[in-house]
Amino acid sequence: MENHAIEIHGLTKKYGDYKAVDNLNLSLSKGEIFGLLGPNGAGKSTTILMLLGLTEPHDGSLRVFGIDPVRNPVEVKKLVGYLPEDVGFYENMSGLENLIYTAQLNGLGKSEAKVNAEEILKRVGLEEHIHKKAGKYSRGMRQRLGLADVLIKKPHVIILDEPTLGIDPSGIREFLELIVKLSKEEGITVMFSSHHLHQVQKVCDRVGIFVKGKLLAVGDVQSLANQLFSENAYSVSAEILPNTLPQGVDALKEAILAIDNVIKVDCQDNHFHIESSEDVTDQIAEVIVKQGAGLCHLSKKDYGLDDIYYKYFEGE
Amino acid sequence: MENINMTERQSKPTIPDNESKPNPFWIMVKKEIGDHVTSWRFYILMGIILLTCIGALYTALSNAKRLMEPSEMENTFFFLNLFTISDGTLPPFFVLVGFLGPLLGISMGFDAVNSEHNRGTLSRILAQPIPRDYVINTKFTAALLVIAALIIALSFTVMGAGLFALGIPPTVEEFVRILVFMLVAIIYISFWLNLSVFFSVRFRQPATSALSSIAVWLFFTVFYPLLMNIVSKVFAPGPASSLKSVILYERLQTFLMQIIPGELFNLSVSALLIPTVRSVGPLSMEQMAGSIPGPLPLGQSVIIIWPQLTGILTLTLLCFVLSYISFMRREIRSR
Repeated sequence: MENHAIEIHGLTKKYGDYKAVDNLNLSLSKGEIFGLLGPNGAGKSTTILMLLGLTEPHDGSLRVFGIDPVRNPVEVKKLVGYLPEDVGFYENMSGLENLIYTAQLNGLGKSEAKVNAEEILKRVGLEEHIHKKAGKYSRGMRQRLGLADVLIKKPHVIILDEPTLGIDPSGIREFLELIVKLSKEEGITVMFSSHHLHQVQKVCDRVGIFVKGKLLAVGDVQSLANQLFSENAYSVSAEILPNTLPQGVDALKEAILAIDNVIKVDCQDNHFHIESSEDVTDQIAEVIVKQGAGLCHLSKKDYGLDDIYYKYFEGE
Repeated sequence: MENINMTERQSKPTIPDNESKPNPFWIMVKKEIGDHVTSWRFYILMGIILLTCIGALYTALSNAKRLMEPSEMENTFFFLNLFTISDGTLPPFFVLVGFLGPLLGISMGFDAVNSEHNRGTLSRILAQPIPRDYVINTKFTAALLVIAALIIALSFTVMGAGLFALGIPPTVEEFVRILVFMLVAIIYISFWLNLSVFFSVRFRQPATSALSSIAVWLFFTVFYPLLMNIVSKVFAPGPASSLKSVILYERLQTFLMQIIPGELFNLSVSALLIPTVRSVGPLSMEQMAGSIPGPLPLGQSVIIIWPQLTGILTLTLLCFVLSYISFMRREIRSR
């Protein structure tokens, strides 16, 4: 219990007959970066709203640092920083004023709020724009201001709903790196929701795949891949220089197949595609070189979240 | 509690802790008031109201000579005439307040909740550690304070100008009557404020909620009286009908008219500012018999309009409760 930042048991939320969240069980350890991954309308945002006590669950229990957000939303909101999808600010106020306002709502005095706000704006890289009206901020700047807005209350948990939506790729990378850095430095638990695979894969310790209100799988990317592609979890592709095969293509194919754990070898021109149940990349290289072939390219394919994701949707 | 050790995790910048930390409620109210008084909408409204009130005051003062004549019966309360008299070119001050008040109330509230939602700030504010009803309560409180300040300032301006022009100060009773008038005006305007806040919770588009509020206002000021005219013509008792049916008809007519918030306001305010008003409904000759024409004391005036006052207050509270409930029940999603 003490080690869990967020605990969810049997959480269910219905809209009429439609179950937006269906019997969800999930727990997050302190300091963890967790990615909640799923297509639009999977119930990610609904789960987040329930965690903040902004909407009530029909069944199940929620605990954020041991506090029930249904009964005590104000206490939970003291600990949780929430960055909503497509966050907005008071456009006639400057970025700094917006932050001071949030800080004051969190019980800080005005001068204390100002000092903290300036410091945090510097950390998220907005120090040049602190007096600019928030209405003139670009999408990426608004997102950074949103992060500053979340950090100013010194949260123990940050929940980010689709934080990378609408920012350009370099902006996304910077933004995510910032979050990871902050999380590691201050031991903040982070929960993302996203339908963007690559970003989540890069920064998350664990991901959960969430489809139609159900959590289909939880774990780090590698263990998810192992769960799914249990038979041939590894695949290697090799390219041989033309006319460097003294014993012919078939002989090489036979030799590779003879390696332990190799399941399948496909050959097209000079490209070999090998699938195996264990990582045997080094042995494949050795066999090819021993045959006297000119190995010019060898790469091991990791199953990414992409593959995992699509595999799940195929199953649906 | 297990959280205690965690709150000390981050080192805060050292700042003397003697600074006062106001309740978030008042911080939000302060911000809302700031938003109101710096908006163009507010300037325009204030301009309109100020100009019309200057007009009303001018007509009242230009008739001041007539007021001073000792033969005038209202002479004992001549100061109140500043608020009620007109020479026909412009309606008197209190009618203007009754007419422009709804406009003021509606314009202060029609985008209270939906604009926050559309800007994406509502879900952000609700993620702060404040009770959810703070959002709607502070919107209401801020607008109410601004309206109250405006009404009080206007009324005192009228009184001050009258003091200059006439050179005679109001009596204590006149002053108290004007204070009660201000209170009634503030409650009446906050009825329209609450109605428009309710529409702003219901409708996502500010334009829709503004139009709905104005539609309600127009219906009650223009179409409802028209409708009542038609209805009462149908039910009008003939010359040969019994006394009972005539009384019943009269009662029905006053009842139907007094559903209108504007009518409630006009009746209460005219009884407050014109002390000679003895009744807001029909009176029979029997009831009139033996009464000496003359002004009523304040207490009696208030008793006469007590039903109207409670009516306005009820309507105001009803609208507030409606908007409160519908806001609390709504699920707030981002944009």
